[in-house]
Amino acid sequence: MKIGVLALQGDFYEHLSCFKKLNVDTFEVRSKSDIESINGLVIPGGESTTISKLLKSTKLDALITDKSSKGMPIWGTCAGLIMISKNITEGDPKPLGLLDITTSRNYYGRQIDSFIENIQFNSDEKFFEAVFIRAPAIIKLGRNVKTIARSSDNTPVAVRQNNILGTSFHPELTSDLRIHKYFIEMVDIIN
Amino acid sequence: MATSKQKTDLENLANIKDINNSKAPDAGSWRLKGGLAQMLRGGVIMDVVNAEEAKIAEGSGAVAVMALERVPADIRKDGGVARMSDPKMIKDIIKSVSIPVMAKCRIGHLAEAQILQELGVDYADESEVLTPADNNFHINKWDFEMPFVCGATDLGEALRRIGEGSAMIRTKGEAGTGDVVQAVYHARTVFSQLKKVVSMSNEELMTEAKNLGAPYELLIEIKRLGRLPVVNFAAGGIATPADAALMMQIGVDGVFVGSGIFKSGDSKKRAKAIVEATTHYDNPDILAKVSEDIGEPMVGINISSLPSQERLENRGV
Repeated sequence: MKIGVLALQGDFYEHLSCFKKLNVDTFEVRSKSDIESINGLVIPGGESTTISKLLKSTKLDALITDKSSKGMPIWGTCAGLIMISKNITEGDPKPLGLLDITTSRNYYGRQIDSFIENIQFNSDEKFFEAVFIRAPAIIKLGRNVKTIARSSDNTPVAVRQNNILGTSFHPELTSDLRIHKYFIEMVDIIN
Repeated sequence: MATSKQKTDLENLANIKDINNSKAPDAGSWRLKGGLAQMLRGGVIMDVVNAEEAKIAEGSGAVAVMALERVPADIRKDGGVARMSDPKMIKDIIKSVSIPVMAKCRIGHLAEAQILQELGVDYADESEVLTPADNNFHINKWDFEMPFVCGATDLGEALRRIGEGSAMIRTKGEAGTGDVVQAVYHARTVFSQLKKVVSMSNEELMTEAKNLGAPYELLIEIKRLGRLPVVNFAAGGIATPADAALMMQIGVDGVFVGSGIFKSGDSKKRAKAIVEATTHYDNPDILAKVSEDIGEPMVGINISSLPSQERLENRGV
C-alpha cells in the first residue's frame, strides 16, 4: 500500500511523518503522473486559495475528481476539507465537490481564535486532542454523509461519505495516530 | 476525563519558556502558534503596502501577506526611521483578503507588538527591516497569544529567537536589494550548523550551546528531531522564480518575497511564477516555463557595493 500526500503547499511533511511512523509507504504528489502509483490520497492543511490555484495549474483537480469517482480513498484535513467539499459558503475558491457538505472557511475567526479541544472520535473511549487553526466549519451535511466526531458545540468535525473522509482539524499536528490508522484501514478495505 | 497528553515536538519546546513569567502560554498555545507556520509550508509570503496589492498577492496564490508601509527597497532609498504601519492600513488589508495577514514591528518594541495583536494580525514579524527600538533586547514573545516570526543569520541567532518565543524563523537575506547572495549564505550557514549539532555526542552539546550563544535545551531538541524545531523560511533578496527554487533546494520550508514582486515590471505574472516555482522547486521543466516572459525584475543593488553599516541583517543579532 502506498499513500500519496498532496505536496503542492501546506503541512504535507507532518502527514508524511505520521504515515512513516505507521510504517506505510508514502509519496509526495505534485503532478498528474504521481497519482498513478498511489492507493489513497491526503489533501493536507494549508491555504485553500493557494492549493486550489496549484491544483488547477497542475491539472490535478480534474484527475483527483476522476479518481474519487472511481473509488480512490481521499482524506482532506482543514484546507483539504475545504477543497473536497461540495459547496463553500464564500464561493471562492472553487472546491472539488467530492463530499456532500457545505463548509464555511475561517469560520472561527483569525489566528488568535485558533483553539484545541478534546473530542470523541468514532465513539472511542479515549478522547482525541483536536487542533483547530483558522479552521473551517461544516455547516450542512448531505444525507449520505456520516458524522464520525463532533465538537462541544455539536458541529460535525470529522465526516465520511463512502471513500471520502474529511476533518476540519489537524490530526497530523498531534502524536495521536488513530485517525491516520483509520484512513489506512479505509484504504486497505477499499483496495 | 484526562486526555492522552503525548508530547509532540513543539510541545517539548514550551518547557523552555520563562518559568517566572506567569503570563507564559501553555504548550497548547505554543502548538497553535507553530501550527500556523506549518500550514504555510511550501508557500510564498508577499510584502504588500495596501489592500489592492494584498488582493493581487492572494489572487496569485500567496499563502499570507506581510502588511507594511514601505517595501524594504523604499525604506532603503528613503532612509529615516522605519516604524510599524498605520493600523488603518493593516485593518484595510485584513478586511480585503481571506489569507493570513502578517505585520512588522520594530525589534524590542513590545507596544507596537501589542497593537498588532489587538488588530487581529495573524503573525507578527519582529523585524530588522524596521529601525530597531531596542539595541539590546528583543520582545519576550511568550507574553503574546499572537505568534511571531524573527530573522536569523546563523543557528545561534535562530535559537535565541526561539528561546524568546518565536514560533517561526526566517533566515535573513539583505532585504530590498534583489540580491539573493546573503539569503543563500545565511541559509547554508544554518543548515551546516544544524548538521553539526545533529552529529554531535551528548557530551559536546553544552559547549556547543556556549559557542553558539544558544539555549542548551534547544540543542538537545535539534539532535532529537534532526532539524530546527520550528518552520524556517528564506527572506531577503529573492527576486525571481529561480531564486525561490534555489532557496527551497537548499532546504528552507518556504519563502518571503518583499520588494521583488511589487517593484518589478509585471507584479501579477511574477507573483504567480514565484508561487509555482516554490512548489515545483525541483522540477526544471516547470521552472523554465514559469520563468519565461514575466517582465523586468526589480533593478536591485549589488550587496558588495553596500557598506556594512547599511546592511539591515546586522541589526538585532
